[in-house]
This record gives sequence, C-alpha cells and structure tokens, in this order.
Amino acid sequence: MLRFIGRRLFVALPTLFLVVTVAFFMMRAAPGSPFDMDRKLSPEIERNVLARYGMDRPLGEQYVTYVRDVLRGDFGPSLKYKDKTVLQILQENYKVSLILGLSAITIAAGVGVTLGVLAALRQNGWVDVGVMGVAIVGVCIPTFVIAPLLVLLFGSILQWLPNGGWNGGAIGNLVLPVTVLALPQVAIISRLTRAGMIEVLQSNYVRTARAKGLPARTIVMKHALRAAILPLVSYLGPACAGLLTGSLVVEKIFNLPGLGKFFVISALQRDYTVVMGMVIFYAALILFLNLVADLVYALLDPRVRLS
Amino acid sequence: MTGPVLAPGSRRGAELMEAAVRGRSLWEDARRRLMRNRAAVTGMIVLAALVVLAVIGPMLLPYRYDEINKADVWAQPLTAGHILGADELGRDLLARQLMGLRVSLAIGFVATFVSLVIGVAWGAVAGFVGGVVDEAMMRIVDVLYSLPFIFFVILLMVTFGSNIILIFVAIGAVEWLTMSRIVRGQTLALKQKEFVEAARAAGLTQGAIIVRHIIPNLLGPVVVYVTLTIPAVILSESFLSFLGLGVQPPMASLGTLIAGGAQDMELAWWLLVFPSVTMVGTLMCFNFIGDGLRDAIDPKDR
Repeated sequence: MLRFIGRRLFVALPTLFLVVTVAFFMMRAAPGSPFDMDRKLSPEIERNVLARYGMDRPLGEQYVTYVRDVLRGDFGPSLKYKDKTVLQILQENYKVSLILGLSAITIAAGVGVTLGVLAALRQNGWVDVGVMGVAIVGVCIPTFVIAPLLVLLFGSILQWLPNGGWNGGAIGNLVLPVTVLALPQVAIISRLTRAGMIEVLQSNYVRTARAKGLPARTIVMKHALRAAILPLVSYLGPACAGLLTGSLVVEKIFNLPGLGKFFVISALQRDYTVVMGMVIFYAALILFLNLVADLVYALLDPRVRLS
Repeated sequence: MTGPVLAPGSRRGAELMEAAVRGRSLWEDARRRLMRNRAAVTGMIVLAALVVLAVIGPMLLPYRYDEINKADVWAQPLTAGHILGADELGRDLLARQLMGLRVSLAIGFVATFVSLVIGVAWGAVAGFVGGVVDEAMMRIVDVLYSLPFIFFVILLMVTFGSNIILIFVAIGAVEWLTMSRIVRGQTLALKQKEFVEAARAAGLTQGAIIVRHIIPNLLGPVVVYVTLTIPAVILSESFLSFLGLGVQPPMASLGTLIAGGAQDMELAWWLLVFPSVTMVGTLMCFNFIGDGLRDAIDPKDR
C-alpha cells in the first residue's frame, strides 16, 4: 500500500512542478503588465516599481526565485491589491468556493446515485426513461443557461429566493448556486451509476445472492451497490475539475465572493502572483483528489492493488 | 491440403469471402440499428437543418448580424420585421443567432478535428510501439489529465488575446486526451486479435495491416467519441465567451449571445431564451446522435 502511494506521489509532484512552470512562463508571455495604468508611468517610476518586485531581473532568474519562494510557502504579494499577500487573498476567499463545491458534490452524489439505482432497477421502464431523459438534458443545458433562467424565475418573477450575493452564506442565497452547480454532476453521476448497476445486476454473485433467497433490498443495497459505484470513485477527480469550471460561471452570475471570480479578474489584470497562486492551489487540489480517488479505489478493489 | 488460403486479410481471401457471402457488413448492420433509433434520427435531421441554416441562413436575411438599426432598439419578437426581436443596438437577433450558430458549429468541428488528429496519432503510436514508449506517452497523458485545464485555456486566451484560431487550437489541444486513450486501448486490443495474426501469417506488411485491419476497426469508437466531443467543444467555447474570453464582438457565438442575453434578461427575455434554446437543441442533437451511434456500433451495452 505504501509503495502504491509512493508511486502516485512520484507522478503527482512532477505534475505540480510542470503546472507551475508552464503557468509562470505563459503568464509572463502575455502582453501588458500589472502596472499598466490609464496614465503612463514615467520611465523612472516604472523602473523602480519593477525593481521593487524583482521584475527587472532576467525571466529565468525570476522563475528560480519564484519556485524557491513557493517551496518555502511564500507566494508573494499581490501586484494589484497593494497591502495583501496572495495567501491572504486565498484565505479570505476560498471558503465561499469550498462551501459551494462541497454542498454541490454531496447533493449531486446523493441524488445522482439514487436516481441511477432506481433507473437501473426499472431498466427501460418509465422511471428509467425519465431519469435518462433528465440526465441528457442536464448534460446539454450549460450552467450559464440554466443559472440566469432560474434567477429570472425564482428571483425576479416568483421572488422566492434572492437574485444573488453571499449574505454570509444564508441558506436562501445558497439554494440557486448550489443547484446550478450540482445539476450537470447529477446527470453524469446518475448515468454512471445506472450503467454500473445494470452490469453488476447481471453478474454471477448477484444471481447467487438471489438464489440464496436474500430480500431484494439487501441484494441491491449491500451486494450490488458497492460494486456499482466503483466507477464513481474514479470520477471524483474529473468531477472536481467540473465543479471548478462551473464555479467560475456560478460565482460570476450570482455575484459571489469566491476564488473563481478572482481568477478571471486577476488574469485579465496581469496580477501574476495571484494567478500563479490560484493555479497552484487548484492544481494541488485536483492532484490530491485524484490521489484520494486512486487510494479509495485500491481499497475497494483488491485487483488494482495487486497489479 | 491444397487450395487457396482463406486468410480474411489476404486480398484473394477477401475477394472470395465477399463473393461467397454477399451479406450485411458490420457497418451495414450498424447503420440499420442507427436508423431504428428514433432519437438519433431526429437528432440527425434537426442537426442537418441547423447546419444548412447556419451556412446559408445569414445570406437570406434582410439584416446583417452587425447591422445597427437605431429605430429597432429592443424590438420585440415579430415586430418591425425582426422575427426573433432585436437587441440593445437594434441588431436583428435572428441574424446574430444564425451567425453565432455558424461560429459555434465551426469551432465545434474544427477543434474536434484538431483533437482527432492529435489523439489518434498519439494513441495509435503508443499502442503500436508499446513498451517504454507507450508507458512514457501514456504517463504524459495521465499528467495532462490531472491538470485544471480550463485555467490554462483562460491563461492562453489572456496571453495571446482571443482570436478564433487560438480558440480552435486551445480547445482542440485540451480535448485530445480522451481520444488518445480510447485509440490506444483499442489498438492494443486489436494488435492481439486473431485476424491480425492471420493477416501477418498471410504475409501482409505492417503498413497494410494498419490500413486494412487496424484503422477500420478503430473507426467505430472514434466516430462515437467525435460526435460526443463536438458538443463538449461547443460548450467550452461558449463558456469562454461567457466569461468574455472567447469570440469578440461584434462577432457572435451562441455563448456570447447567451452572456449578453443574461445581462438584459429582465428587459428583453428573448435575447436570453432564443439563443439558449438553439444552444441546448444543438447540443442535444449531437448527444442523441452520439448515444445512438454508440448503441449501433457497440451493441453490447444493451
């Protein structure tokens, strides 16, 4: 088991390093600088500002310095928000994104697995057709289409829920963003569960369990489900990536103070250090979740561990 | 034993087999199954209509997509000659939507083609050569897989400014990973099949085996995946456009239209609803066709 973890880390760490490198040089290749203002800075001032952030050095040297600082846990100061470090910005804003993402994935897993199992048990019945229909629609309706429509309906017309804003994380403010974020995941998870369940229900050990005379509920809940949700575990990484992508849009539409909103703005403003900090944060998060998924998979399925 | 060797791969064998059983080929079978799938057929018809509309539609309208008409600002649908209404500059929504559909479809097709070329080449080489090369190439894919790609696309857009060619390349470069995995897996499996061995025994060259046996058998899964990649690409593009990083005004894609419509939805619902319906409809067509193709080509899931 330790060797298994070691091997995965052996891949994950160089990946993270690659991310840092590519993002660093890509960001620097962008035209414009964080110190571009409406009024042009005089050359001396500009030189001073660049020197202040070490940006007058050759790019290679800056890169080495940056990597060394990051290894020490120092992500540098923000270039746009003068009195804040990148870590402070991350700390102040990650909570909103985290609450959104966790609620969405929890709800999506619960609803998706339930729907998938129901559909598989009534394969080709009306429940199945209904669930799969909803799943196709869920995959096809982009987040940024469903979100404004829901705001229009529940916010403006019915006035049941607020149109946006965070309001300290009040439930009312969470309902719409979480729903929007969870919908595509519900669609994918229910499809995965259904496919896995149908396959497992035809397997020999399920037939044995039936022949033993076990009640249908026990067979489904104890025997079949455990094997059927295996594919879901390996979907954890991609799901997280999907949530991140979704959160960029959702935070924008609902005007939520999360990291996603920050990322786009910072990239457009050439706030190098903030963008780099976020790329590293997200990449590490996704790599970590992939690692967890691999481990859980190995725990659940001995065949993976032994190979 | 004398007489011709009936290896299915040899030319003579193939000719004889064809003469003997003029039956349905696998593709013919698949075509029939596909045609029985109502959702997929509907999807194909609607999609064909959409493609025709996107190509010739803009030429048939009295308005250009970027034509500003001060008199028609916020025109309701079916008024002042605007079938779907007009936007805040009085631009005809139908004209803009057809143009947006054209742009979105073009991006979908071209970027998918980019991903197809990279993915098939990468996967086929890895699968064929095998060994250390395979290991290294697939490790690279694994690494790229675990990256938050949308961030890199956003960085790319910010870095080089958003022009349409870059959008093609950026999205295509993101989508090839799954394709290469599918192709590699398929190639590995095919390499060990009896008919490939038979072809080798019959004296076919490596190249001939690839062209006559491997590629035709790769085609099925690749076609299925391509039909499912196109909507994913269209989604990615409109996602970028929604964030203001995709197609730039006055050019329109379905994404930019929806983004604009979402801003003004309380004033002019049509600007949000019509592009959204078009977008969802288009994506659904592709998904229905893709699912139908998968069921038709690989019927073991039924």
